Amino acid sequence: MFQKILIANRGEIACRIIATARRMGLATVAVYSEADAHARHVALADESVAIGGPAPRDSYLRGDAIIAAAQATGAQAIHPGYGFLSENPDFVDAVEAAGLTFIGPSAKAIRAMGLKDAAKRLMSEAGVPVVPGYHGDNQDPEHLAGAAEAIGWPVLIKAVAGGGGKGMRKVTRAEDFAAALDSAKGEAATAFGNDAVLIEKYVEKPRHIEVQVFGDGSDAVHLFERDCSLQRRHQKVIEEAPAPGMPAEMRAAMGEAAVRASRAIGYKGAGTIEFIVDASDGLRADRFWFMEMNTRLQVEHPVTEAITGVDLVEWQIRVAAGEALPLRQDQLAIKGHAFEARLYAEDVPAGFLPATGTLAHLAFPEGARADTGVRSGDTISPWYDPMIAKVIVHGPTREVALQQLSRALAETQVAGTVTNLGFLGALARHPGFAAGDVDTGLIERDLEALVVSPVPSAGVRAAALLASAGLTARPALGFTLWAPLARRLAVRQGDEVTEGLLTLDAEGPRITVEGERLVPPALPVVQAGGLIHVFDKGACHSLAPVDPLAREASGGAAGNATLSPMPGLVKAVFVAPGQAVAAGDRLAILEAMKMEHTLTAARDGVVAEVLVTPGTQVEAGAALILLEAETAEVAA
Amino acid sequence: MKLTSRILTGSDAFKANRAAHLGMLDTVAQAAALAAAGGGDKAMARHVARGKLPPRERVADLLDPGSPFLEIGATAAHGLYDGAAPCAGVIAGIGRIHGQEVMVVCNDATVKGGTYYPMTVKKHLRAQEIAEECALPCVYLVDSGGANLPNQDEVFPDRDHFGRIFYNQARMSAKGIPQIAVVMGSCTAGGAYVPAMSDVTIIVKEQGTIFLAGPPLVKAATGEVVSAEDLGGGDVHTRLSGVADYLAEDDAHALALARRAASHLNRAKPATVQWQSVEAPAYDPEEILGVVPGDLRTPYDIREVIARVVDGSRFDEFKPRFGETIVTGFAHVMGCPVGIVANNGVLFSEAAQKAAHFVELCSQRNIPLVFLQNITGFMVGRKYENEGIARHGAKMVTAVATTNVPKITMLVGGSFGAGNYGMAGRAYQPRFLWTWPNSRISVMGGEQAAGVLATVKRDGIERTGGTWTPEEEAEFKRPTIEMFDRQSHPLYASARLWDDGIIDPRRTREVLFLSLSAALNAPVEPTRFGVFRM
Repeated sequence: MFQKILIANRGEIACRIIATARRMGLATVAVYSEADAHARHVALADESVAIGGPAPRDSYLRGDAIIAAAQATGAQAIHPGYGFLSENPDFVDAVEAAGLTFIGPSAKAIRAMGLKDAAKRLMSEAGVPVVPGYHGDNQDPEHLAGAAEAIGWPVLIKAVAGGGGKGMRKVTRAEDFAAALDSAKGEAATAFGNDAVLIEKYVEKPRHIEVQVFGDGSDAVHLFERDCSLQRRHQKVIEEAPAPGMPAEMRAAMGEAAVRASRAIGYKGAGTIEFIVDASDGLRADRFWFMEMNTRLQVEHPVTEAITGVDLVEWQIRVAAGEALPLRQDQLAIKGHAFEARLYAEDVPAGFLPATGTLAHLAFPEGARADTGVRSGDTISPWYDPMIAKVIVHGPTREVALQQLSRALAETQVAGTVTNLGFLGALARHPGFAAGDVDTGLIERDLEALVVSPVPSAGVRAAALLASAGLTARPALGFTLWAPLARRLAVRQGDEVTEGLLTLDAEGPRITVEGERLVPPALPVVQAGGLIHVFDKGACHSLAPVDPLAREASGGAAGNATLSPMPGLVKAVFVAPGQAVAAGDRLAILEAMKMEHTLTAARDGVVAEVLVTPGTQVEAGAALILLEAETAEVAA
Repeated sequence: MKLTSRILTGSDAFKANRAAHLGMLDTVAQAAALAAAGGGDKAMARHVARGKLPPRERVADLLDPGSPFLEIGATAAHGLYDGAAPCAGVIAGIGRIHGQEVMVVCNDATVKGGTYYPMTVKKHLRAQEIAEECALPCVYLVDSGGANLPNQDEVFPDRDHFGRIFYNQARMSAKGIPQIAVVMGSCTAGGAYVPAMSDVTIIVKEQGTIFLAGPPLVKAATGEVVSAEDLGGGDVHTRLSGVADYLAEDDAHALALARRAASHLNRAKPATVQWQSVEAPAYDPEEILGVVPGDLRTPYDIREVIARVVDGSRFDEFKPRFGETIVTGFAHVMGCPVGIVANNGVLFSEAAQKAAHFVELCSQRNIPLVFLQNITGFMVGRKYENEGIARHGAKMVTAVATTNVPKITMLVGGSFGAGNYGMAGRAYQPRFLWTWPNSRISVMGGEQAAGVLATVKRDGIERTGGTWTPEEEAEFKRPTIEMFDRQSHPLYASARLWDDGIIDPRRTREVLFLSLSAALNAPVEPTRFGVFRM
């Protein structure tokens, strides 16, 4: 076993790996970019090494710097986490060449799975079902039509060089094929300079189900499946294990196929076999097909850990250290149901735009596992993935676990940035999702209902108003002899100001908002960064106390005339009659007492008359420039 | 140490007492509501239509959210001037700004333009007196037309009339007690000196005016025609004259500026007493209404009240076996140590000596004194006069008059005759004097007074050989009894500011705490007693 390992990653996964390593008694080394010098993973590790600038290519993707850091600190192994260098076979080679251990599969296995078409062929040869399709070089339309017929309708025409849906066509009837092929090829040629296409079976109601595998180089087991069908534009949003509605024989078939696939490449470490499943007739053992293999730990691995009780990172380390698989297949079983929700700093109503910000406050409820790489006060920077945390729950049944998820999301508190918490909460309450009727299109179909901008309720505003009062438990709080005093309070959210009246009676504070006298609800309130954050049903409402002094009396009736403040010589005049000026605009310069005095407009207005020219000598109090009378004054 | 109550809260007497007190409380609450309504809906609507905040909202917004407000003279001028001056046209009381206690004096312009009736002057001066004795910064929210002209003879000329307000401001400023004025309306003639005499003055744009003579008087005197704003508006005074220091956009802005000004006073409360953590009484203060008889003539044990006022109902009674008609001892009220002197019957020589002793003790130790006054007077009769009850009473009066520790007096029952003096009545300048709705105050009881007059009359009639039937005597006594009844009522007393206000007996604890807390803003000077007649 190693004594010290280096974690070549950042954020929640680095923290999560450090936690297991510590539990196993291993020393840990963190690496960090300039942007992460004070990050949580650095604070948690025993040692840390700076490896470069904030851009990933200058730090977390710099294999040489990371290997040097391992050598400098005496770490014997490197855990890559996910992303960054985790599936880079050259890095694996370099690590091994440096005499260190890579905690993960061999470079060969990574390479074998890295090329999608080759991987599919490999799997097909190993007896793993792959999506029926034609991937051949013969681009003759007749030949392609024949291939489509052989696959069975509907089919999908895809550009070989494609991506982003360009050059992609769904064809449901043979008679439409020729036209669709033509337009797909045309689009592909324009977009990619390559009009080659492939034909695949079109899966009507696709579900994304993946199987966790684990190999030690000679043997392999599977740790059951995860359902990642809740996706938005191929980004997983909520994952769960096991898959809802999974029949035992299909689970067995998928597990066996996954283990077969792993054995075929002598896989060592944690891996995931992704399958696409046609759920149009429910889940059936003959309707799953290999998509790809991820040769790393997955983001959503905690749901597998929850239902199997296995610490996958521990297994990774033990297997990398040369141990055999800790458990046999017959020792693994599913216990209960688990969900994971990915909490992101993103502006959901604006189209899920990644957001940044400093987390004024971050808190997770008891009873949920929260894997996070940030703390209150940390910054979500634009350099990296804006994930704040993964919230994981585990319950005896799917129904219970889903309720736990709903509650955990409602009680998660994030202030300082916009998040997708409300969206996640809405998903967790979605009736179709609750029924287990999931597919990868669910989110897009119901997007409008799922994306709601929470409006602060009267209760939320009352809680914020009360917080703005900053009441502390002093004796005789609010006491009055007879008539209670009603104190005005105000908070603002953007330009919208909420005013309320605070009264205190024997039962406690009351807030009157919009004529309604409320007992301020006992919502969690955090004051940070000059804002009052009220948490309500998973939404963070950030309101600002109104500073009554944030204005200046404008000096009574700002007159129409700009007067000379002292005797002097007019040096310059900057305005002409008819010209519009704003308060503070330069009107003229007066030279007096060896100083140049700039005369500015006292208010917005239009110049009516300029009474002096440069060179005029003026007395104190002489009118220099007249503004047109304000209309309100005329009316008065 | 911990007092044990002997009251049965389920008893008929308890219920009857409670009902009687609730009735009396209701009378006071109605009077207080009348006062709080100021000049009424119409006047308020006019006031608000000018862009002004209602006076009580001004007070609320000046103070910290959740600040207590210990109002002074909440029913002042009740029933006076044909009801023309609710609350005497001025709101006064102690609240907190940025945690520090301040005295707020706020004119109510909805009451005859905020002009000063005699009771307005008296209330303003009383508020200043409290501020001076307690070293409380003063904030004046000014909106007043000055002296009430029809009453000028009772407002202007005497020592404790209008001019005294500015004298007090100057004297307090000299003592380092900050004076802040917010001009939110007129400050005419003498009134102009409130802002002018303040350390810091804020004026509301196009609302506040300060001038010695208003436009009509100027026109009459010199023929000059000038608008109020040009004569003495906010712009003029903050830009040209320098009479005011800050220009505010409106009332809310002005109050925020006043709060900011109060945040720069650089004051700290002197450490005078050892505060303890607050503890609720073991007996519910709510029960006070049931334990105190509705009828003053029914005796009861004052310890039942003490048990419902002091922390943990703990009372270290001093000299419990001597002079039992007065109860003395140490306790805490919301953490503040106090020495309590409470009547438990008529005063005898021993009781007076014990009280004098106890006042000396508290003075030595800098412990504030709380007087729970329910006294018919000193015992009368040959035996008592001959043993020198006047001499012993004088000792008590001397001690009470000359001690420098803060005294808070609470009238929980009768306040008659010389007992009033020994128990720190108004003349003995307690920092605060509060009364319960059941209290009565007069030189003697109405029956006794009528009896004295009747005896003199009967002697005169009988000397000339006439006769006086019991019916005639009763008829003679009736008006006197009625007059005493009327004049001894707490609303009558409070209307004339013989006290600082009527309180709900159930809130005695809070009122005492706030009074003590306010009083302890001033350092306690060492006491030098007068000559005790031994």
